[in-house]
Amino acid sequence: MDARRAGMGEDLGRAVSDPDLESLGLKEEGLRDLFRMMALTRRADLEATALQRQGELAVYPPLAGQEAAQVGSAYALEESDWIFPSYRELGAAVVRGVDLVEYLHFYRATWHGGTYDATAHRFGYVSVPVGSQILHAVGYAMGAKLDGASLCTLTYFGDGATSEGDFHEGCNFAAVFHAPVIFFCQNNQWAISVPVSAQTVAPIWRKADAYGFPGVQVDGNDVLAVYQATREAAARARDEGIPTLIEAVTYRMGPHSTADDASRYRPASELETWKARDPIDRYRERLVRAGVADDGFFAEVEQEAGAFAARLRAGVIASEPRPVEEMFAWVFAELPEHLRRQRQEVLGD
Amino acid sequence: MVKALNEALRDSLRDDARTLVLGEDIGKLGGVFRVTDGLQEAFGTDRVFDTPLAEAAIAGVSLGLALAGWHPVAEMQFDGFSYPALDQVISHIAKYRYRSRGRQSAPLVIRIPFAGGVGAAEHHSESPEAYYAHTAGLKVVVPSTPLDAYDLLRASIADPDPVIFFEPKSRYWSKEHGDLGANGDPLPIGKARVARRGTDCTIITYGAMVARSLAAAEEASEDGTEIEVLDLRSLVPLDLDAIAASVRSTGRAVVVHEAPMTAGFGAEIVARIMEDAFEYLEAPVLRVTGYDTPYPPATIEAHYLPNTERILAAVARVTSF
Repeated sequence: MDARRAGMGEDLGRAVSDPDLESLGLKEEGLRDLFRMMALTRRADLEATALQRQGELAVYPPLAGQEAAQVGSAYALEESDWIFPSYRELGAAVVRGVDLVEYLHFYRATWHGGTYDATAHRFGYVSVPVGSQILHAVGYAMGAKLDGASLCTLTYFGDGATSEGDFHEGCNFAAVFHAPVIFFCQNNQWAISVPVSAQTVAPIWRKADAYGFPGVQVDGNDVLAVYQATREAAARARDEGIPTLIEAVTYRMGPHSTADDASRYRPASELETWKARDPIDRYRERLVRAGVADDGFFAEVEQEAGAFAARLRAGVIASEPRPVEEMFAWVFAELPEHLRRQRQEVLGD
Repeated sequence: MVKALNEALRDSLRDDARTLVLGEDIGKLGGVFRVTDGLQEAFGTDRVFDTPLAEAAIAGVSLGLALAGWHPVAEMQFDGFSYPALDQVISHIAKYRYRSRGRQSAPLVIRIPFAGGVGAAEHHSESPEAYYAHTAGLKVVVPSTPLDAYDLLRASIADPDPVIFFEPKSRYWSKEHGDLGANGDPLPIGKARVARRGTDCTIITYGAMVARSLAAAEEASEDGTEIEVLDLRSLVPLDLDAIAASVRSTGRAVVVHEAPMTAGFGAEIVARIMEDAFEYLEAPVLRVTGYDTPYPPATIEAHYLPNTERILAAVARVTSF
């Protein structure tokens, strides 16, 4: 698929599409790894959706259709780079090796933010207020730069978030302070029920012009194009302190969340169009065409994904609510008197 | 007080190489109230820097800096301009320790010059402390004197939790004799101060209203009524023991603050007195506060702010009950 067919007009700006394999700097193993992680993500995402339908999760925002955008971008970073996600980035969590049971504690309503260690994975906690995490990525990047560290931060957000003040303030701060940040917008065409055409008039990637740094529109269903665009942006950020806004054009094949009913606002034909552009099917063909993967590999991945999802299911179902004393545990470093009294009322200690 | 705050920032920047000072016009200008005067010159533009004019970003970026291991001290230029930052403060800064299960905190300070009495234009005289005190995870500190301002700001910067630090504008130019930091150890946040001993009634207050309550107490003393004035110093944590001890000893209490009455912090104080000292009370507890109106134009603000007359009228009501 090229970006034009996705209905984005003629002007592709600095967009890249279907890059040469040689230009990527990825070995064959890396090319296969990208597929593997997209496949694991798809299976985990379907499993999480099923778990919600079965009452094991309180809610879940499916990402099906956005695997290339998330895996390609997260995979392009160095381990020392930080990711500040919003709430639909299970695919990036997979790349970062975050335990998905710990990640899904957020959606099982067993702990806000999830229970994983953000610092260990350099993957921030699930952040729901739309666009709010963008500023943390900018601040972290500024702090790392003050320390002379060679790293960048990448923050995920959606097309809807580009209407939020935090997005614009974050872009402006990053530009002014030469902060090494990648603003990664997954334009999945819909902010719950509002299409991107009703969200904003200017193409998202061109908003970067207003802040004085590069904007790139990339085919978000082309994992290699996403990988390449992110690698370039990361190098610019780390080496030159130049932020980049990447608009990955993709599609949310599922509802906004399991509480949403997309059939109320979205024509079925649109979904069919995008299903034909499924990022995983498409990359499988590419790998086969390039002779990098064969049926044996795909069968192996299928098996691994099945086991991955089964572990996820078992882990989620086995997760008990946290002990009630944790309600009071980390409000402050030390429990002040008014909270001590309330804790005593609940726990009788 | 401006000088005391400046010294506190200076000493924190000197003693802790991770301390940063940021905000609007806090660099070369030294802040619109000159609290940060000379700091950029002394510590450089990496550690003391002006930001673009965006309060939500000042707060959110401060959180990011804190996650990267820095200790940011951010200035909101005025009380009425702090509201764009509330989402970052409430949704993230206040909750970061909790959400991370204690793995990480947000050790940052947001300084807010607050309250009225300085003849300022609209949006420059507000008392938003209750919004912050109502948010779990934030400490809310309000000094009333220069020496306390120094000690409490240093303690706030050293604190492992996020602190909203309210500076009473009308006391910025107040003077006090004494050596800054003479207490040695940093003053713990959460300890109220008996600003004046008395036996007949307790006034519980904070910020600029401490001085006004003390003035009222001196006047009452001439008529034979001895008022105890309790300066809370911090609203969160609230010194429940000090409130209870004082009210138990006097049996009467009046709460004074500039913020509007309804759902103001005074309601919290009164409720705590009911819980901890009801059986000692000789009279209902009264509040003397700003009115439930928008902060009025400065030419009539004297009619809005608690004054000696209103404070003494309330004291007379509770002492003659």
